Amino acid sequence: MALIELNGVTKYYEMGDQVVKALDGIDIDVEKNDYLAFIGSSGSGKSTMLNILGCLDKPTSGQYHLNGKNVESLDPNELSEIRNLEIGFIFQSFNLLPRATALGNVMQPLVYRSIGYRKRKEMAMESLERVGLGDRVDHLPNQLSGGQRQRVAIARALVTHPSILLADEPTGNLDSQTTIEIMQLFDELHAEGHTLIVVTHEDEIAQHCHRVVEMKDGKVFNDSTTNSAAVTS
Amino acid sequence: MLFSLIESSRSALASIIAHGLRSFLTTLGIVIGVASVIAVISVTQGMSSFIGDTFASLGSNSLTIQSYTPFEDQMKGIRARLTPEDMELIEKRAEGIASITPVLFANRASQIKFGSQTAFSRIMGTTYAFQDVSQSYMSLGRFIAQSDNLTRRRIVVIGDKVRENLNMPDNPINEYVDIGGEWFKVVGLMEAKGEIMGQSQDDIVLMPYNTMRSLQGNQARTDIQIQLSLSESAVVEDVTQQLTTLLRNAHDLDSYEDDDFQIQTAEQLMETFDTVINMVTIVIGGIVSISLLVGGIGIMNIMLVSVTERTREIGICKAIGAKRHHILMQFLIEALLLSLLGGLIGLAIGYGLGTLISSSIPSFPAASIPLWSVALALGFSGFVGVLFGILPAAKAANLDPIDALRYE
Repeated sequence: MALIELNGVTKYYEMGDQVVKALDGIDIDVEKNDYLAFIGSSGSGKSTMLNILGCLDKPTSGQYHLNGKNVESLDPNELSEIRNLEIGFIFQSFNLLPRATALGNVMQPLVYRSIGYRKRKEMAMESLERVGLGDRVDHLPNQLSGGQRQRVAIARALVTHPSILLADEPTGNLDSQTTIEIMQLFDELHAEGHTLIVVTHEDEIAQHCHRVVEMKDGKVFNDSTTNSAAVTS
Repeated sequence: MLFSLIESSRSALASIIAHGLRSFLTTLGIVIGVASVIAVISVTQGMSSFIGDTFASLGSNSLTIQSYTPFEDQMKGIRARLTPEDMELIEKRAEGIASITPVLFANRASQIKFGSQTAFSRIMGTTYAFQDVSQSYMSLGRFIAQSDNLTRRRIVVIGDKVRENLNMPDNPINEYVDIGGEWFKVVGLMEAKGEIMGQSQDDIVLMPYNTMRSLQGNQARTDIQIQLSLSESAVVEDVTQQLTTLLRNAHDLDSYEDDDFQIQTAEQLMETFDTVINMVTIVIGGIVSISLLVGGIGIMNIMLVSVTERTREIGICKAIGAKRHHILMQFLIEALLLSLLGGLIGLAIGYGLGTLISSSIPSFPAASIPLWSVALALGFSGFVGVLFGILPAAKAANLDPIDALRYE
């Protein structure tokens, strides 16, 4: 069974009298250790896709099975738990807690798992060292560069050992050099066996991925395995 | 549960410290409220316990009977009187009385002279039993004896304040003082008793009752006060009832007429004072607790601002797995900590203020903070914190993660 199974997933928003079909009947499976990019222009439904996949939002209709669990029947608290256990988010604007240090930020998801302080610190340190930030753990986000902040965010996503890493325009706020570094890190994580799903509109980013799903008007327009997949894996 | 409590407190504390000035200003309302409550309570309670102590030293089982003329009757020229005959009657007929003594106040100017010094004092004629009734003790010399009374000796026993006012030597025994042109020999100095409500208990001059009567001349119009102490087993109410019946009969009062005398017990006086003080405490405490409510609203206001300000943070926390109760607890505990902090600071300031007030007014009793008021102040400020923290916390907890993450 696939890690992610979407069957006829739709997401409609009502804007006054109009119904906007952000997702319009999506069927897609994602296997374990997949390295997948959703691409598409703005308004194509890829952000909605990310919200649904990340269990931040529920589909209007259709079914979403994550790791064998049907997400549809869960209440907000259960969704929080799923996000905590199964999903690691990496955002375009990093979304770090501004008043917590790098270490504090990485430790935060473990708080919601009721893991004690010492164990949390140990796990967070391990994760920060993995992304190469072992020496900046006591810095606040505003004392870090963009690339370093994104590394903290990646460390935070990794610390819970999630089933999937969900990245939303992960390099959108970074310069080209840092972008290369971050994408290298992604490649490494994929090589280590992580499942990565990246939402992007940049072709260079998509080229790193195994599989590119192009979206248009809430539908899957094209689903292909790229050549670079062979190179990276 | 305990785990999330500790974690919430940790992050709440971090947030309070991060916004130091704002947190301080937010709690100011609570600080002021609690400080004024505690100051008021500490002063009034100090006063109350002091009054209790003083009345206990007066002898709680003593009674004072004095004549009482309603104001209307005074206008008509009628004067109620208690006579020596009334006292004799009580002495013979009433039960449960340990000792009884008449007290006759000087009706002329109560001027007393020693050498070139002149002072005014309360001059009373009484008997040896007064010592027992009023629980007075001698520091030097002796009290009035029965024989002094029978032979109308010209002797006085003075309080320490009188000795001081007259510039008498430390040992005034056998010195002579001048009262109303007559010479009196000082035979005793009473132990100092201190003050009740600013009035010295030691500014008194006692002479034998019969000596005072002979000085006053017109004996038909004598109006005395009767002081008596009760025997161990006697019940104050019973004795009061008995005395009332005796005196009403003696004064030929019809059933529709009011008593022309008053029976007062030290306990009654104390209760009156206590009631007044408790009333003052409650009224001022009530007014001041309004300021606590205002302080609570201040906390709610800032917490609401804080929730809006941290909307994105809340979104992040929810995205990485915070459940509703995690967010709720964090904000609720932040509000609780803020107001408890305010309560603690207020407690310290209030105690300081109470001490300052009571020490800056001379002869005012020391401030005392009863434990219940500490519990009340902290409990109430905690309650205010939770009460006014619920709304902002619920608002935070109910945020939708997607909207919260998008919030700029």
